[in-house]
Amino acid sequence: MAKVVSLSDAVAELVHDGDTVALEGFTHLIPVAAGQEIIRQGRKDLTLVRMTPDIIYDQLIGAGCARKLVFSWGGNPGVGSLHRFRDAVQHSWPVPLEIEEHSHAGMANRYVAGASGLPFAVLRGYTGTDLPAQTETIKPITCPFTGEVLTAVPALNPDVTIVHAQRADRAGNVQLWGIAGVQKEAVLAARRSLVTVEEIVDELEPRPGAVVLPAWVITAVAEVPGGASPSYAAGYYERDNSAYQAWDAISRDREEFTKWLAGVAA
Amino acid sequence: MSEYSADEMMSVAASRALGDGMSCFVGIGLPSTAANLARRTHAPGLSLIYESGCLGAKPSRLPLSIGDGELADTADAVISVPEVFNYWLQPGRIDVGFLGAAQLDRFGNINTTVIGSDYHDPKVRLPGAGGAPEIAASCREVFVVLRQSARAFVERVDFITSFGHGTGKGDRERLGLPGAGPTLVITDLGILRPDPETRELVLTELHPGIEVEQVRAATGWKLKVSPELGETPAPTETELRVLRELKAA
Repeated sequence: MAKVVSLSDAVAELVHDGDTVALEGFTHLIPVAAGQEIIRQGRKDLTLVRMTPDIIYDQLIGAGCARKLVFSWGGNPGVGSLHRFRDAVQHSWPVPLEIEEHSHAGMANRYVAGASGLPFAVLRGYTGTDLPAQTETIKPITCPFTGEVLTAVPALNPDVTIVHAQRADRAGNVQLWGIAGVQKEAVLAARRSLVTVEEIVDELEPRPGAVVLPAWVITAVAEVPGGASPSYAAGYYERDNSAYQAWDAISRDREEFTKWLAGVAA
Repeated sequence: MSEYSADEMMSVAASRALGDGMSCFVGIGLPSTAANLARRTHAPGLSLIYESGCLGAKPSRLPLSIGDGELADTADAVISVPEVFNYWLQPGRIDVGFLGAAQLDRFGNINTTVIGSDYHDPKVRLPGAGGAPEIAASCREVFVVLRQSARAFVERVDFITSFGHGTGKGDRERLGLPGAGPTLVITDLGILRPDPETRELVLTELHPGIEVEQVRAATGWKLKVSPELGETPAPTETELRVLRELKAA
């Protein structure tokens, strides 16, 4: 049953050095505040998992929290490159970053397998590309019924998954709506989970199309208003596009980034 | 006729490639601009599908990313990312995949992963695959839109992120890839199509005012020119007006 706790207590209890950590949110509902709390608490040696490592992973990588990144598209959406990610891959700054690279379809299916309690997923993908030669977690598999050669990818089961949602009730049941990305699968695939929410309400009003994660599949819920900013939370606030543009200049330069980091850590 | 830029010509030419009633898997940037222009001009029934899970999005302005809230608010349906890839893309339900590229080669293979021959020590680390490998594999056809330069149009891509025609005719069939692969490449200078016999990209149309030599100079391989080289019609007043309104919104 989900415990309702503060963000700092939740991160202290659920995220450990060396863990495999997934922070998901597909452009929408990105758990930015939780990522910055991980930086503040100085976690090290993390394997970070995310389909679209965007600026929150750029921050975690630049802060030296990550040893490895498992991902399928690393960029600043609508702006350009992730400079801290590039600096870590190309120049090992501040620490070397190992990468395990997939496509979106591969990552999505890895979470589905994880959520389904299966060891791997099957897809018709990657064929003809150079990705399988660089990524050990992409292997051919022959269909036992048709003989077609497909691709197998292993389940992703993070030690902890963190997502952001609009609401929870006091019992810790979570409701989210709008673009739901791969968050449900990532939570269900994880050993532990934390959901930060815009607000905790007495009762969840039913909403058409909303994803509801019952309290019994979540470890902890923390109320963090604005916790997805500068990404957005449908029904609460818009994406702060200027912050994404501003990040380009901050992240481009190690010195500028270091100054920014000192501000977050304080 | 109004003055127009090479980029505007490219967006207009790309939009014209999309027919009314088609379904199109849209990448952000140039493909999204072209698809939204098409929907506002000759193809009001074009169904835009974004990998964030927005099916049939009808944005009133250009989205800044594939997960823009405007896409979700105007979509026929918002579904999960596994569903987009597994139920919609993989079985070949989408007519056209509209992609950009960092590097594109003579046989339409796309690189968005690394520049340089060493994956582990790249000259430039690019964003990576995203949805593109499966879009390139499974959509019935693939259109590619990008600015033409000798750096981007290379003999052989440094990394095949998304498979085009491999090394030529028969490669897709041999690998069992369901879609037809890249059938059209739209640039700021002209239009390239794969030769039916060899699958090598050849220049088939020039944009108004562009010379063949300019296109050759902006291509990193010995570019072949179709014997039936055509000229792209210039943008109409309506196309330009709608495109500029879209950009300004």
